Amino acid sequence: MNARRDFGMTRRHLLATGGVVLVSFTLAPRTLHAQTGQNRQPQVQLPGSLQKSPMLDSWIAIDGAGKITVFTGKAELGQGIMTALIQCAAEELDVPPATITLITADTARTPNEGYTAGSHSMQDSGTAIVNAAAQVRAILVDLAAKKLNMAADQLATKQGAVVAKNGAKVQYKDLVGGLDLHVAAQPNSPLKSPKDFTVIGRSLPRVDIPGKLTGKPMFVQDLRLDGMLHARVVRPPNYHARLIKLEADAIEKMPGVVKVVREGSFLAVVAQDEFQAIEAMNALSAAAQWQVPADLPEQANIFDYLKSLQTRDTTVLEKGTVGQPGARRLQATYHRPYGLHGSIGPSCAIAKFAGDRLTVWTHTQGVFPLRNALADMLHIPKENIRCIQVEGSGCYGHNAADDAAADAALIARTIPGRPIRVQWMREQEHGWEPFGPAMSSQVSAALDDRGKLLEWQYEVWSNTHSTRPAGPAGNLLAARYLEQPFPEPPPKAIPMPEGGGDRNSIPKYALPNARIVYHFIPQMPLRVSALRALGAYHNVFAIESFMDELAAEAKADPVAFRLRHIDDERARAVIEKAAKEFGWKANEKRPRWRGRGFAFAQYKNLAAYCALAVEVHVVRETGEVKLDRIVAAVDSGQAVNPDGIRNQIEGGIVQAASWTLCEEVTFSRTTITSRDWSSFPMMRFPAAPQTVEVHVIDRPGAPFLGTGEAGQGPTAGAIANAVADAIDARIRTLPLSPARVKAAIGV
Amino acid sequence: MIQLNVNGHMHQVDADPRTPLLYVLRNELKLNAAKFGCGLGQCGACTVLIDHEPVFSCLLPISVIDGRYIQTVEGLGSEEKPGPVQRAFLAEQAAQCGYCIPGMMMRAQALLERNAAPSDEQIRDYMAPNLCRCGTHMRILRAVKHAAQLMTAAGHGALREASK
Repeated sequence: MNARRDFGMTRRHLLATGGVVLVSFTLAPRTLHAQTGQNRQPQVQLPGSLQKSPMLDSWIAIDGAGKITVFTGKAELGQGIMTALIQCAAEELDVPPATITLITADTARTPNEGYTAGSHSMQDSGTAIVNAAAQVRAILVDLAAKKLNMAADQLATKQGAVVAKNGAKVQYKDLVGGLDLHVAAQPNSPLKSPKDFTVIGRSLPRVDIPGKLTGKPMFVQDLRLDGMLHARVVRPPNYHARLIKLEADAIEKMPGVVKVVREGSFLAVVAQDEFQAIEAMNALSAAAQWQVPADLPEQANIFDYLKSLQTRDTTVLEKGTVGQPGARRLQATYHRPYGLHGSIGPSCAIAKFAGDRLTVWTHTQGVFPLRNALADMLHIPKENIRCIQVEGSGCYGHNAADDAAADAALIARTIPGRPIRVQWMREQEHGWEPFGPAMSSQVSAALDDRGKLLEWQYEVWSNTHSTRPAGPAGNLLAARYLEQPFPEPPPKAIPMPEGGGDRNSIPKYALPNARIVYHFIPQMPLRVSALRALGAYHNVFAIESFMDELAAEAKADPVAFRLRHIDDERARAVIEKAAKEFGWKANEKRPRWRGRGFAFAQYKNLAAYCALAVEVHVVRETGEVKLDRIVAAVDSGQAVNPDGIRNQIEGGIVQAASWTLCEEVTFSRTTITSRDWSSFPMMRFPAAPQTVEVHVIDRPGAPFLGTGEAGQGPTAGAIANAVADAIDARIRTLPLSPARVKAAIGV
Repeated sequence: MIQLNVNGHMHQVDADPRTPLLYVLRNELKLNAAKFGCGLGQCGACTVLIDHEPVFSCLLPISVIDGRYIQTVEGLGSEEKPGPVQRAFLAEQAAQCGYCIPGMMMRAQALLERNAAPSDEQIRDYMAPNLCRCGTHMRILRAVKHAAQLMTAAGHGALREASK
């Protein structure tokens, strides 16, 4: 099974519609009432993203040859979503997965499913496709029933055909003549029973991997369009620098240079050849003179500085009374630094203006939101813009993908008719991407006489976790530097239950009395936005560290102490599974400098459950933490592709291990100083865990639960707990760097 | 004109001799596998082999590789007929985004040409110059081990030894 993507450069799927005309989903959908006649229920809730895009032909098309195309508004980001969505469609349509073509996020072709973010793809798009496919299958069965003059309930489907018990059989392709999928979805679908699944629940190989292993053009970086020119942008020395002088004549005469683009403080160069563009970029950078304010805070005091800023406070949870005197009480403060996405391939985009129409090939997480922001920046109607998502290097949240798209669009506007490819350089990606916000939290809890949690007080401070460009252009980097700069829109907090800085600030544990407060900090000294798991990474680190501190106070085993406070059966099951597979024994003695740690969270308290046990040893002399063994258990509801889940959790664990042990964005008063992989080191192979095991608990028939970000928080918590166990001291500020470990040991 | 011997095919390249090999491979020869990651020799996404040695093609100017034997992932095999390293990465599903993987495969190829049965520690040490941000490390390590077995089975492991 292989993936073939045409990246929107041909429209062969659309043209080759023999028996059925694929009608644009932008047509106003007929109302549900017209379809169902159920005027009594105007507020019918449709499953997943069908709620926003209810027409079946938004999701599924079958052409005259029986060829099936499935459309999703979600994007492949390296998480394997294409394969899982094909499995969803194949299962309910009863066709072999290899016969399905999947079209991903494209403003001209697919439903608008917002962002591919927040571990939402399976619950939004997977749910929509499962239901749409089941309803399309039912329509095909009805058509076959008429054709065969039999009752629909006498018919079944198998391998792309409707079959009758008497042996009669009609291929789907012979039914498309009478097929009209431009109908609204019904609230209830004739879904298969999970026990009949043959495709869902199997670890099908990823459809995109063969092309990636053999040099096929799978990434936006690999696209070569006819007449394409290469551009590079020169970014200012820091956020608030302004271009004051530029002598560009000599640069315009350099070999291959087509144009120097200057709009306000936005500066770029376009050349015939990529290396010529890089050389011209370097020359342009040297020629530009900037006014550079030193307006960044001191890194050494960053947490105090952020806490000193004005906040907007929300009470996330208020339950019973807190602050009761007399109880055994512990308190602690935890910090995480600014984090970097750091995709291995820096951001890239291609844009082309043809007349008044703009096409952008981009690895954005949201083609529709990006289109809105581009329309605002360029002052053109959004209908004139088409954004086509093409995979970039791994995406771990809001990186510079949208910014590169904006750069390409601005440059392409000055050279109509030519595709303009903008490739960011490594130092630009490191220095200019929006970082995961630095965060602090303060926690205080009291135990009763039986060692149970009596009360819990938690306060967390954070900037916003989303400055994604969804409408106003000011969230596109380049737009802030134009002659008429677009203002940065005021940041917003992401509301609970998903939350931003307060994501996972409510422990999953039974708390008779609790008060949880989110101090949202609007002012952003460094550019910040969504980094995988958002605030959950910090909050779970803090909560799970503190749970161990409380367990020690209660003289309880950490796993037993957690289970003592868990009511949710599925939470209990992942905790028990991880502990069992790890071989966790209560009160086990460990040699000096060896430690083990445990952590658990349900992502957002509504997505996948994940528990983790970690074994480490600490090299006393160097302060290095060695990851000897990691065992995880995860419950993602109905598991569509168990190996895909394992891959995501494994990846999340290793990535978060790198964040937790070695990563921290650094800055001076004037600029970001994390500019490459030497000034911002990450984990390399010798430091990777010795083993990582992931156990998937399948829940047939249960709703899909987002998985991609479930492992990050528990990883930080479990490693911190293992390190504390090994060195007999608690480090509450990330990363757990060799310097901090040595300081904690007293070396 | 500079002559480049890529995967056994000779190409005449008319480019500035200072141009790093990566851009010539990608833009002139339209070979996608080697990737731009940092341009600084820090991440290994651009790794190719020159005379069986792994190099960062993002740094190496074409002027110094005139006529030398350059190998890229395209030379390891195709989707229809994948080579042992590719088959091992496929079998282990050793990719998330997959952007770093061609560089990983080339470094693995170089290792296995030198050492047909590397230990886990040798694999980790040899792969150290290449970065993966998705955290696919465990699968990549398994795939290299798996590739060693496939190459030994196919008799490729001794290739490098024989050509010495």
